[in-house]
Amino acid sequence: MTTLTIGNRLDKEDTAVQSEHDRKNTLTSGHRACQGCGEALGARCVIDAAYKATNGKIAVVNATGCLEVFSCIYPENSWQVPWLHSLFGNAPAVATGVASAFRVSGDNDMRVIAQGGDGATCDIGMGCLSGMFDRNDDVLYVCYDNQAYMNTGVQRSSATPIYTRTATTLPTAGYIGNAIGTGKNVPEIAMAHGIPYVATASIANIRDMEEKVLKAISIRGARYLHVHVPCPLGWGYQPSETIRVARMAVECGLFPLFEAENGVLVGSTPVDNPKPVEEYLRTQRRFAHLFGKNAPADAIEAIQRIASGNIEKYKLSGGF
Amino acid sequence: MLLQLEGSQAISRAIALCRPGVICAYPITPQTHIVEDLGQLIHSGELKNCDYINVESEMAALSVTIGSQAAGVRSYTATSSQGLLYMIEAVYNASGLELPIVMTLGNRAIGSPINIWNDHSDAMSVRDAGWIMLFPETNQEAADLHIQAFKIAEVVKCPVMVCVDGFILTHAYERVDIPSQEIVDDFLPLYKPHVSLDTKNQLAIGTMVPPEYFMEVRYLAHKRQSEALGIIDCVGKKFQEKFGRQSGELIRTYNTENADTIIIAMGSVLGTIKDTVDELNAQGGKFGVVSIVSYRPFPAEAIKAAIGNAKRVVVLEKALAVGIGGILSKEVELVLRDTKAKVVSTIVGLGGRIITKKMLADYLLQDHYEAEVFLGLNNETVEREHKSIKSCCCKQKVNQ
Amino acid sequence: MVSKLTNTVNWESQLLLFVKNPDSQLFVDVSIYIVYGGLMFQVRIHGRGGQGVVTAAEMLSIAAFLEGKHAQAFPSFGSERMGAPVQSFCRISDVEIRLREPVLEPNAVIIQDRTVIEPSNAFGGIVDGGFALINSPDKLSCDFKSNDVTVACVGATEIALEHVGKPLPNAVLLGSFAALTGIIKIDSVIEAIRTKFSGAIAEKNVSAAKAAYDKIS
Repeated sequence: MTTLTIGNRLDKEDTAVQSEHDRKNTLTSGHRACQGCGEALGARCVIDAAYKATNGKIAVVNATGCLEVFSCIYPENSWQVPWLHSLFGNAPAVATGVASAFRVSGDNDMRVIAQGGDGATCDIGMGCLSGMFDRNDDVLYVCYDNQAYMNTGVQRSSATPIYTRTATTLPTAGYIGNAIGTGKNVPEIAMAHGIPYVATASIANIRDMEEKVLKAISIRGARYLHVHVPCPLGWGYQPSETIRVARMAVECGLFPLFEAENGVLVGSTPVDNPKPVEEYLRTQRRFAHLFGKNAPADAIEAIQRIASGNIEKYKLSGGF
Repeated sequence: MLLQLEGSQAISRAIALCRPGVICAYPITPQTHIVEDLGQLIHSGELKNCDYINVESEMAALSVTIGSQAAGVRSYTATSSQGLLYMIEAVYNASGLELPIVMTLGNRAIGSPINIWNDHSDAMSVRDAGWIMLFPETNQEAADLHIQAFKIAEVVKCPVMVCVDGFILTHAYERVDIPSQEIVDDFLPLYKPHVSLDTKNQLAIGTMVPPEYFMEVRYLAHKRQSEALGIIDCVGKKFQEKFGRQSGELIRTYNTENADTIIIAMGSVLGTIKDTVDELNAQGGKFGVVSIVSYRPFPAEAIKAAIGNAKRVVVLEKALAVGIGGILSKEVELVLRDTKAKVVSTIVGLGGRIITKKMLADYLLQDHYEAEVFLGLNNETVEREHKSIKSCCCKQKVNQ
Repeated sequence: MVSKLTNTVNWESQLLLFVKNPDSQLFVDVSIYIVYGGLMFQVRIHGRGGQGVVTAAEMLSIAAFLEGKHAQAFPSFGSERMGAPVQSFCRISDVEIRLREPVLEPNAVIIQDRTVIEPSNAFGGIVDGGFALINSPDKLSCDFKSNDVTVACVGATEIALEHVGKPLPNAVLLGSFAALTGIIKIDSVIEAIRTKFSGAIAEKNVSAAKAAYDKIS
C-alpha cells in the first residue's frame, strides 16, 4: 500500500527525495500552475530526483505546453537548473543537441532530461522522439501525461482515453466522446525501439517514480519515462483530489506501472484486488456522460476490458 | 591551396576549417553532398572533436543544432527548398534565441508543383525570419562566406544562412582556394559562447515573453541586424586583408560609375550578367552591375550610393511573391524611391529555367522596358492554360 | 580511328595564331568564345546515367586545372536515373570563367553512347572548327550543319572492357579527347583519373585512356 503523505518514512532508506529537508526544489514555488496540478508535482519530483542522482549536473529541455508556460514567464523563472525551451514538437531533438554538445565539450558528467506533456510527446513531437530513440541518444525523456491539451483548453490528444469528454470530443446524441479504437500507447512504442529503459510512473507513488528516475539516470542512451499526472481543470475534479485520482487510475489497472529494458518487460507494480474502473471514472466530470439516465450501454464495460487487459498484459496480479 | 572542387566539397572543407563541434544532417538535394563530405571528414578523423548526427527530418536537423549551440558549442547544418519549409518553425526559433548557428541553404524552388531545380523561392520564404542571409556568386565566395559567417554570427549573436545556388554552384566543379587551418584559426578564434546551459551560471533560455516585453525584444533584434551591416562589411574587409581576396561585404559594384542602366541581382547569375554586360559595353552600352551579397540585413544605403545617377535599375530575381510580383525589386524600389532611377522588376530562372547570355543581352538592349517582366516566359503555354481558367469562370457565371 | 579530318589545326595553335596576329579573323571563324581578353573552350558530354558522364566532365576540368587553366564542370541537373540520357558540361579557359549557362555552342562534344545522339540533339550548336568524339567501334556518318567539324569514332566501350573489365567509356574517351583536340595533355588526363579513382581501378582506367590516346595520335 502506498501512502497519502509524500514518502515520509522513519527508515532513512525508505525516505523519498521529496521528503528530505534539503531537497533542491528544482521547480521552485511561485510558478503559475493551477492548484492541484499533477504535472507540476510530477516535474518537481522527477527533476529533484535526477538532480540528486547527478549531484546537480543536469540540464533540462522543455517542450512548449502547460509546464513551460507556467514555470517560466520573463522576467520570472521557477527552474533552479539550466533550462532550455525551443518549440512544441522538437524537445527530443534539442535534447540530442545538448547531449552532443556536452559530449564534445568533454563534459561527460552533465546529463540531459527532456520533458513535455502528452501532446508534445505523443502527437507533435513523435517524429523527433522516435528519431532520438532510433539513434539511442543519451537523453532521458519524461512525458507528463494528463491525457489532453490542457494548455489550450482541453482538446483531445492521442493519449486521451476512449469515451473521454474533451473540447474536441464533446459527447452528443449518438457520439460518446473520443471513439473506441483510437489512441496510442507511447511506452510500448518506446519499447519497440529497443531502447535501454522504458518505465511508467504515477505521482500517486512518488518513491516508485523516484526509483525509476534514479535507475534511468544510471543508464546511458535513450530512456523514456511516462508519468501519469491528473489535471483538475481538464478532468473535472477538486484540486485536493489529484493524488487520490492518480492512485485510483493505478489501482483499477487503467494506468499500469511497469518497467522494460531493451524492449522487454522486466517488472510491474502489482495491483492487489483491482478496483472496478467505475469508481475511478465517477471521480471526474470528463466521464460524467457515461453515467446517469442517458448513459450509453457498454461504455464502462469497454473501459473495464482495457483495465483488465492491462492487468493481464503487464502481469499486475503478480508474476515478476 | 588551389583545388579543383565541387561547390559542395569546397563548402564542406571551409566548414571543417571552422572547427564546428556539432554537425547535424538530414539529406535533401542539393545540399546532400555537403553533409556527405563532412561526414567523411569526421569519420576519417580529418575533422576532430566534432559530433556528426544523422537525423530523421529537417525539423530535427535544425533543432539538434539549436540544442548544441545553446549548450555552447559551434554548430552547423544545411538544408534546401522544402526542407527549409519543414524546419521553418525552428528557423524563427534559432534567431529568436540569438544562437549563432551557421546553415547552408542550397537554393531551390519550392512546390507545388514539385521541382528540384534552382531558384531563390526557399530563401525568400524566410526573409523575415531574423537570420542574416548572404548570397555568394562563386564557389570561392561560397567557401569564404562560410568562414566569415561564423565570425559574423558570433559577433552579432544571430544565425547566418549562406544561400548558395543549388546545382549551379553546389554541383559545379571549379577552382577554389582552400585556406590553411592556421590562417582560419587566426581569423576565427575558438567559440566563446555568450549563453550556455552551464550549472555555474544557470540560465533559463527560451522563456515566454509577455506583451510588456515582447516589442522590445523584436525591436532589439531589428536594431542588432541594422548594426550587423557594419559588422558584415568589416568582417569582409578583414577577410580581404588576411586572405588576400575580396569575398563578401554588403554589395559589390561592377562598371557602375558611368552606367545608365544598372542590373541588380544575387548569387551565381551575376557571372553570366557580367559577361553579358562586358559584351554590351564593348558595343557602346552603358551597363553596370550591383551584386547584393548581404540580403538580410538589407544594405539600403550601400545600394542607393552604388546606383548614383543611373537612369534605370533592372532587378533580376529568381523568386516571385504571387499576388504582388518581384520581391527584391520591391525592396530596391523602396530604397530608391527618392531618386530618379526607374526600377524594372524582372523575374527570371524560376524552377531552374536556364538563363543565357543571349537572352539577357536581347532583353537589356531593348528600348522600352515594361515595369514587370517575366523573362523567358512561354506565352503559348500561358495562353492555353489561362484560356481554360477563363472559360471555367464564364461557365460558372452562366450557371449562376 | 579518325574517320574524318577536315581540320587539323587544334585549339592551341589557333590560340597561338591569335596571339601572333590579334587582327586575325581566324578565332571568329572557329567560333571560340572571347571572354574579356581570354579564350574559352567549351565541351558538352552526352551519355546515359551510370556511364560516368558527370565524372567525365569533372575529370576533364581537373585535367585542365592541373595545367593551370581555369575550368568549370557541371551536370545537366535533374533527377534522371540509370540509363536515362544525361549531359554534362566543361568549360576551359585561361581566365576566370563567370558564365553559368549550359554549353549551347560547344567546341567539342563527347558522345559516350551513340543511341542518345538523336534524342539529345547531341550535335546541336557545335561551332565551326569543332570536334565530335563518338563512342563507336564503327565509323558513323554524321550530319552537321557545318562541314568544318572533326569527327572521331573510338570503340571506347570495347577498350574499357578490355582494360577495366567494365563498360565504362568515360575515362577512355578523355584519352581520345586529349589526342583529338590537344586542349589537354594525356598526362593531365591520367592524373585527373587518379584524382577521381584510386588503386587498381584508377590504374586500369589509366591504361585504357592511354590506349585510346594512342589509337588517335
